[in-house]
Amino acid sequence: MNVKKGKFNGFGGQYVPETLMNALIELERAYEFHRQDNSFNEELTALLKNYAGRPSLLYFAENMTKDLCGAKIYLKREDMNHTGSHKINNVLGQALLAKRMGKTRLIAETGAGQHGVATATAASLLKMECEVFMGEEDISRQALNVYRMKLLGAKVHTVTSGTRTLKDAVNETLREWTRRVHDTHYLLGSAVGPHPFPTMVRDFQSVISEEAREQILAETGELPKAVIACVGGGSNAIGAFRHFIDDKDVELIGCEAGGKGIDTEQHASTVTTGTVGVFHGMKTLFCQDEYGQIAPVHSISAGLDYPGVGPEHAALHASGRAKYVPVTDDEAVAAFEYLSRMEGIIPAIESAHAVAYAMKYAKDYKGAIIVCLSGRGDKDVSSIARHKGETIYE
Amino acid sequence: MNKQFVSFVTAGDPSMEKTKEFIDVLAEYSDIIEIGIPFSDPVAEGPVIEMANVRALSAGVTTDDVFSMLEEVSFPKMVILTYFNPVFVYGLDRFFAECKRTKVYAVIIPDVPYEERDEVLVHSKRYGVHFITMIAPTSAERVKMLAKDAAGFIYLVSSMGVTGIRSELSVDLTKIVEQIREVTDTPIMIGFGISDRKQADMMRGIADGVIVGSAIVGIIAEHGNDSAPKIRQFLKEIN
Repeated sequence: MNVKKGKFNGFGGQYVPETLMNALIELERAYEFHRQDNSFNEELTALLKNYAGRPSLLYFAENMTKDLCGAKIYLKREDMNHTGSHKINNVLGQALLAKRMGKTRLIAETGAGQHGVATATAASLLKMECEVFMGEEDISRQALNVYRMKLLGAKVHTVTSGTRTLKDAVNETLREWTRRVHDTHYLLGSAVGPHPFPTMVRDFQSVISEEAREQILAETGELPKAVIACVGGGSNAIGAFRHFIDDKDVELIGCEAGGKGIDTEQHASTVTTGTVGVFHGMKTLFCQDEYGQIAPVHSISAGLDYPGVGPEHAALHASGRAKYVPVTDDEAVAAFEYLSRMEGIIPAIESAHAVAYAMKYAKDYKGAIIVCLSGRGDKDVSSIARHKGETIYE
Repeated sequence: MNKQFVSFVTAGDPSMEKTKEFIDVLAEYSDIIEIGIPFSDPVAEGPVIEMANVRALSAGVTTDDVFSMLEEVSFPKMVILTYFNPVFVYGLDRFFAECKRTKVYAVIIPDVPYEERDEVLVHSKRYGVHFITMIAPTSAERVKMLAKDAAGFIYLVSSMGVTGIRSELSVDLTKIVEQIREVTDTPIMIGFGISDRKQADMMRGIADGVIVGSAIVGIIAEHGNDSAPKIRQFLKEIN
């Protein structure tokens, strides 16, 4: 699919100020070198196994399957990774790379806090400095993760600019990287940003579909009918899709944040409603106005509350290989509760978007479907309680 | 050769009428005036200019408003500074056609580096509007490649980071200027962080001119509608 380096059928690219170009070129070269390097890959594989707890399970959700009377539903249990989400896959890869590049300091943006926690964790393990940028609004709705990051030794910066969410956290982290690039690696958490980030993050997350494909074949003897994952920037989704892209009969479905409905202004359904633009270093789809001003988006889920989407998703959408659907806040909350009661698994509110879609459409599928359960929901318990009108004290 | 002075304000901060008034003041002291089309997420800016973008957008300023204002400005070297998304979404051809119609001298788009510039150059060349080359302290071995076919002027970034006032400007720019001079005579303007006479004179000693933005925008942030005399006083001091 790559016509030009870092471009996915015209999406992607490297739209950053000149100040950052050398850092990106250096990163690209280091990545190209180390991804081919046995000792790097061995070290990463060992960390994924012994530290992150991979491979993650492919769990047959039997109760859910019986209840929905349709497809056999399998959950790819990224929630069982160390730190509680898929984020650790990419973080360990990039942190190891940064260390080999001689960088001593990691900076990262975070929305829900899962990526911040994973980065703080890797920094602690690899003895690197860590600073995380997080929007003020997300800090209040994900207080537990903020404390986890501090506990792990990271410094957390409150971002008060713009909409005070993930988009603004990315802006601030980019600014910080511009200020101090010589010893610092920007550990970008999603499959977004300038090249080589979308490719690199996808590669590090591809372990999800690499395992899932083998696991489902071993379990059922055939490929799934569909792979379903939530999409904010789209890192767990691109990782879950990657090894199924050439399996043309496997439907790939990304679930975007439908917020309060895509007929309102309060959603983050970028692929469904967005237009092509260039921001955060990449050409892709964005929620924006007719003058190219980035729209303030909304989702109950801090991790999906982002006005853009990874460039490879824009390309998969344009080619028709993957489809993208909005899932509302209310549907996600219902799925959050449903999976908790039905299977004894509390999903992250982000992942609950994918569960919600599976619940709606399971009856339309014969055979197996894989839902990427990208993270666990412990972090969301108090905010869901608030959403339901209950106040709990942590 | 006389050193040049480049000034910057964000369009529509605090209002379009005031921007026109400020441009008249800037024109008294400037060889080139940069006007910023506000963007919701100006990632190359520090807090001072970022807040100016917020104020201008809150006032409802659009790209069309900026072109309408430029129609009425007679200053010879007006330059637009904005981010790529407002240009891309407006339509590159339409944008540069408007630049030509309103006699814009050049366009600066910080988030379009050398690697992505072709899709802009096609249009800027078609309409005869310069697309300004930016060179940074990190450019290193890229300097000659970047400078080679620079037109209008070269925007040399004085220091690492985003725009904004700094107490010290520490990067050794002399060497970068020498490298640029090996391949082009295009005037070199140094910007980012210049806020007083001493810094400006130091940079004038190295290059062909200086760009001052945040210091002027900071005056507008403080004095709002009454900024014109304060800007004049500042320009007098720094020039």
